Amino acid sequence: MSAVMITRKVRKWEKLPGKNTFCCDGRVMMARQKGIFYLTLFLIIGTCSLFFAFECPYLAVHLSPAIPVFAVLLFLFVIAMLLRTSFSDPGVLPRALPEEANFIEMEIEAANGNVPSGQRPPPRIRNVQINNQIVKLKYCYTCKIFRPPRASHCSICDNCVDRFDHHCPWVGNCVGKRNYRYFYLFTLTLSLLTIYIFAFNIVHVVMRSVDQGFLNTLKETPGTVLEVLVCFFTLWSMVGLTGFHTYLISLNQTTNEDIKGSWSGKNRGQNPYSHKNIIKNCCEVLCGPTYPSVLDRRGLMQEDSPAAANSEGPCSFDNPVAQTTKTTAPLIPNEHTPDDVKPSIAAEKSSGPKDDQPPAAKLPPLASPETDAETSIAKNQ
Amino acid sequence: MQRTASLVTKVFIQRDYSEGTVCRFQTKFPAELDNRVERALLEQTVKTLNSCYVEAEKVGGQSYLEGCLACATAYIVFLCMETRYEKVLKKISGYIQEQNEKIYAPRGLLLTDPIERGMRVVSFIQLLLHSLRTTNTSV
Repeated sequence: MSAVMITRKVRKWEKLPGKNTFCCDGRVMMARQKGIFYLTLFLIIGTCSLFFAFECPYLAVHLSPAIPVFAVLLFLFVIAMLLRTSFSDPGVLPRALPEEANFIEMEIEAANGNVPSGQRPPPRIRNVQINNQIVKLKYCYTCKIFRPPRASHCSICDNCVDRFDHHCPWVGNCVGKRNYRYFYLFTLTLSLLTIYIFAFNIVHVVMRSVDQGFLNTLKETPGTVLEVLVCFFTLWSMVGLTGFHTYLISLNQTTNEDIKGSWSGKNRGQNPYSHKNIIKNCCEVLCGPTYPSVLDRRGLMQEDSPAAANSEGPCSFDNPVAQTTKTTAPLIPNEHTPDDVKPSIAAEKSSGPKDDQPPAAKLPPLASPETDAETSIAKNQ
Repeated sequence: MQRTASLVTKVFIQRDYSEGTVCRFQTKFPAELDNRVERALLEQTVKTLNSCYVEAEKVGGQSYLEGCLACATAYIVFLCMETRYEKVLKKISGYIQEQNEKIYAPRGLLLTDPIERGMRVVSFIQLLLHSLRTTNTSV
């Protein structure tokens, strides 16, 4: 009585929970809404194209050829930083597998003791002391973990992100531990590029107007007007944003902490992550180690779809020879039964942050391959 | 036909955040492993892991150099070069495999690499083999 299973290999990114989109077979990871990101790309590429088309030939001849060369380098750097920020994993924390979630639940229940029925259980918070400062770690009901310090759950991407800064629609991704420095370099170099283009637009208009008059200049290079407009508005926002993030970096704070006022006001000067030295803080954020992604996006896993439906009770012991298939649960009474484990769970909707019920029956899709690993260990004994 | 079943339970060692956000695991000995493995061995393993992570995350001369070089090339160099962190992670997975072979497997335990759990926990899988039922004689 063996079911015919069709096994196929899938990449792990196809089964990851959360609301991200993946491209290039898991190499690229972004948020779902990408419209504003395309707008950002369009504005940068469009404005620079106009600059290269209208201003650069004149400036290269009349001033110096270094001007367009430097503009090209700056433009390429900006695009590289933008793509790096947008396409990389910001530091997503994988959700807890069932065993880990249960383990944490048991610890919480042990810590809470007996709560009389009808009363609300106390909020799930763990206190840790970091550099003589008590930091509260909150429990994430979606990911079923106690969030590490500085991590936060992004509701747009539906992931917990380590050192969460903010979700940036302009880059179409969250900004977190892994891509913060690229984001900062993007804002910095984009500010420089904007100032550069703006300045040389003015220089170009002035130089040409001396020869031909102002109106003729505008007629000959209509792109200039558009560029000046775009640059003018971009300039203020980008310079402001760069300044703000420079301030945050010097204090070793995240945008999230700044908005919540975690280390300001009456808590000022108590940031436990700060080295109390601007240079050290900058060095740590910008020159620190490059953290690898802990989401194994391109790893392979088995996915089984039953070709013939066959009811298998929880205690069937199939001869191992028959299978490359998943042999979840039957031998492992602790684990979930096969009925609960469905390889292509339509991304189970998280039950929201205030869910008091630990949904033990609901499993994140990633549960399946891990159970495979354990049962195969068991089988091999 | 041999009918055996394994009870697999997991024991988790959590992160130690007392020194901030650096990657560090608690050296507290979990009670469930009391009669499975000696305290000293486990502590030694966790301490070695912690020291490896400290080395990976050290902000010093080498990380500055790596950062500046990468920045100058718009981080394209990372497509061909392995970062220091990745090198240390490889070293760690080799160490864990060695520890499993030498120490933990003979005691019926399996240590998993924290990177597989999002660097949140070091988990020990305990395997208890026993046979079920007497309907068929086991070999």
